Amino acid sequence: MFDLVWWCASGLRRCRPRQRGAADRAVSDRGKSVTSLLNVEGLTIGFGNDAPVVEDVSFSVELGQTLALVGESGSGKTMSCRSVLKILPPAAKILSGRVLLRDEKGDGVTDLLPLSNRRMCDVRGNRVSMIFQEPMRSLSPLHRIGNQVIEVLRLHPDQSKKGKNKKRVLETFERVGFPDPERVFSSYPFELSGGMRQRAMIAMAIVGRPDLLIADEPTTALDVTTQAQVLGLIKDIQQETGMAVILVTHDLGVVANMADKVCVMNRGRVMEAGTAAQILGDPQHPYTRDLFAAAPKIPETGGSEKAPDKTDLVLEMAGVNKTYTLKGSAPWSPKVIVQAVRGVDLTVERGKTTAVVGESGSGKTTLARIALGAEAADPGSAIFFRAEKTSQPLDIQAMDRDQRVAFQRQAQMVFQDPYSTLNPRMRVMEALAEPLEIHGIGSNSERMARAEEMLKWVGLSPNMMTRYPHAFSGGQRQRLSIARALMLDPSFLVCDEPTSALDVSVQEQVLQLLEEIRDRLNLSYLFISHDLAVVGRIADDVLVMRAGLVVEQGPPEALFFNPKHPYTKALIAAQPEPDIHRPIDLKIVAQGAGDPSTWPESFRFDGMNAPPLTETEPGHKVRCHA
Amino acid sequence: MAILRYALFRTLTMFATLLVVSVLIFAIINLPPGDYLSNQINELRATGQESGIAKAEFLRKEYALDRPLWEQYLIWMGFAPGPHGFSGMLQGEFGWSFEFDRPVSEIVGEALWLTVLVNLAAVLFVYLIALPLGVLAAAKSKTWIDYTSAFIGYLGLATPNFLLALMLFYYGHKYLDLPIGGLMLPEYEGQPMSFEKMKSVLIHLIIPTFVIGTSGAAAMQQRLRANLLDELAKPYVETARAKGMSEPALLTKYPLRVAFNPFVADIGTLLPALISGSVLVSVVLGLQTIGPVLLTALKSQDQFLSGFVLMFVALLTLIGTLISDLLLALLDPRIRFGGRGQ
Repeated sequence: MFDLVWWCASGLRRCRPRQRGAADRAVSDRGKSVTSLLNVEGLTIGFGNDAPVVEDVSFSVELGQTLALVGESGSGKTMSCRSVLKILPPAAKILSGRVLLRDEKGDGVTDLLPLSNRRMCDVRGNRVSMIFQEPMRSLSPLHRIGNQVIEVLRLHPDQSKKGKNKKRVLETFERVGFPDPERVFSSYPFELSGGMRQRAMIAMAIVGRPDLLIADEPTTALDVTTQAQVLGLIKDIQQETGMAVILVTHDLGVVANMADKVCVMNRGRVMEAGTAAQILGDPQHPYTRDLFAAAPKIPETGGSEKAPDKTDLVLEMAGVNKTYTLKGSAPWSPKVIVQAVRGVDLTVERGKTTAVVGESGSGKTTLARIALGAEAADPGSAIFFRAEKTSQPLDIQAMDRDQRVAFQRQAQMVFQDPYSTLNPRMRVMEALAEPLEIHGIGSNSERMARAEEMLKWVGLSPNMMTRYPHAFSGGQRQRLSIARALMLDPSFLVCDEPTSALDVSVQEQVLQLLEEIRDRLNLSYLFISHDLAVVGRIADDVLVMRAGLVVEQGPPEALFFNPKHPYTKALIAAQPEPDIHRPIDLKIVAQGAGDPSTWPESFRFDGMNAPPLTETEPGHKVRCHA
Repeated sequence: MAILRYALFRTLTMFATLLVVSVLIFAIINLPPGDYLSNQINELRATGQESGIAKAEFLRKEYALDRPLWEQYLIWMGFAPGPHGFSGMLQGEFGWSFEFDRPVSEIVGEALWLTVLVNLAAVLFVYLIALPLGVLAAAKSKTWIDYTSAFIGYLGLATPNFLLALMLFYYGHKYLDLPIGGLMLPEYEGQPMSFEKMKSVLIHLIIPTFVIGTSGAAAMQQRLRANLLDELAKPYVETARAKGMSEPALLTKYPLRVAFNPFVADIGTLLPALISGSVLVSVVLGLQTIGPVLLTALKSQDQFLSGFVLMFVALLTLIGTLISDLLLALLDPRIRFGGRGQ
């Protein structure tokens, strides 16, 4: 059934260009004098007496149109869109501007800003509704989903029809792709996956058939294949209902797939606005160009496919398995066994980067933890580490205390979230010197000297030594945690999604830094990521994981140019690209990311048994029947 | 169905816990050397009153105090036959208080029910005051309402209970003609329950309830306010707002439900804390509750009496925890279906 929906979705997509043309014409014909559905004019928002965070922002959107507000964190895009519904933080003040919403019958406009709270409640959820970024936290954990969705109808007397509400909610659930609406109706949010929760959020937003849907980074917290499907869903619903959509995003790829009009924001101001074709095809403003330059792309050229020469391996993992036994829901119910990692072979060459790609739950982080000895693999797994080419391989599974301490000096980790991995109460110099203190290396002045040197290495200034982490931006913090990892002069770094919490322009700089220090210090990386574009840039060898299994492995040129496995194809297809002529092909995504039983014959599972990992070309392995 | 199974399971573990607690209580009471009777015998010997010794020796035999400790425990609990067959806690025989020279059940009888009454009143008071004030303070945070309620709350927390008791007695009697001390007029003591007696008890309850409940209410109000403020900052509140819910409706439906959890979880610890915490107040107010009795019994090593009171408090704690666990499971689906989602 799903396939059918997605097929229809891609069918509709093919008609897009014509419609886009129509919408553009409508805008240009009417010009500014004719009122659009929503007109935001000269909006300025500030906190207290500080400089405004949003300054003189104007945009408009028409029924059936999608407007994308694009910008990095702190650009004021979220503030601007929230002011439409007037759900700003209590300290934020709208200093000037108008938010004009065309009346339902189309014969007048209302400025929403001076409206009383009571009258705003009639607008919210009824004429304008909103989807938020984190589906995990945007639904109340204590109320059933049906209850939370049907509430939208009950809150608005003109929507609510006695005895018909539930039917309408169930229809909406079916529309957003729930195979069993009744079950979802009585489920709690924590019983659904992230993508399913976001579908429930969408159902909640559209059940009242609003004229305008505001989606604030609706897919940022989702896996890339789920993102593709959710975006497709929003688009389909828009086609069907003719509502207007304001999409807030930082991802130009998402913009290219969704938007008719684009509004690029930076530091609270609009940098550039126009049709998607104009902005994406021929950006004028330098800031927009920078954004484009920073967005990593999946490599397209087929490079020379040569098998890497595996003689000097830092890390060697063979047949690694990891099973978790979870307690049942009650003491007497049977235990649940989860296979997080299944028979993974992985090697990291000295001075090179091996990347593991996969979506949440694929087992990639477990694998990284096993590689660092932070978690014990199942018996029978072999994991060896060589500090130098000639040194004796160290069995990570069977280290004694001294070996472990020595190993920890050699192998360090860079974490995902630079905000929570630095102790807010420790100065930079304390945080940097701590690893040396723990290992009892050097005198205090030597430690400080090393810390200063490392700060320079990562592109920060030594006079930042006495600052606390809160004085740094996200990118600078990630540089700090890289510096900290380098303090012990390791030979091997595990980078667990080191750039996924950063803005694109900062992500680019951090990747560059990681590459630089790898080449200068002859470091080896095990790089964990869900982002193919990032991996394609930094990795020498890539493993694609799904549900604990490696489904495809090879150098990035081979893997991305010539993907064999349907799941790899889905990952690549789902990656939104900032090019309006290359929309996401949902058919490929749905097939590859779906159940293995829907894969082509040669990739299918034989019961529980996966097909073997077969080398199709030198260095390129695919999990398929030969 | 799941909730019933859960209740059954929790009840079973409760009894197991009670058994362990009984061992602990018995061991701790018997930690100091000797017992009430052997102390008395020594005293009688020292003063040369040989006549009393025979009676004390008889009592020692009668209550099996001459046997090894483990046997004494089994007899006390009613697991093993004593000198008069099975007659322990399980059979409803609570033993003899040497200090008061009366059966434990007789001493404790009325005090027990009065204790439960006083504390129940105090718990109700705590919840009735803390709930609305906490919600109000959170909803109107950083306004004068918030500051005033916080000020009164801290006053309640900081004032020593017995001082508050004395002050209330004085002014309560002076202006409102409230009675001083005790839980009923002396003429009703030992009388069967009647409408007049109940009225007298209720009037006497006013000040003790207020005194015992104030600090608990203040603490709980602050905790509820803090929890609620945390919840109000969560995205699901914003979702509800974006749906078009009005603030009061939103507040009561969503964040309050979540903020309620610690509130409910407190029931378990509230009951015993009120009993042991109100000893001092009971002494000052002259309440015939179980607190002062426990104090005397512990001081004089009156083991059956103190053992019974401690077991009673333990039972109360466990029942409190059981109630709060079951309520939590009812209130919070994450606890109920914790395993189903994964």
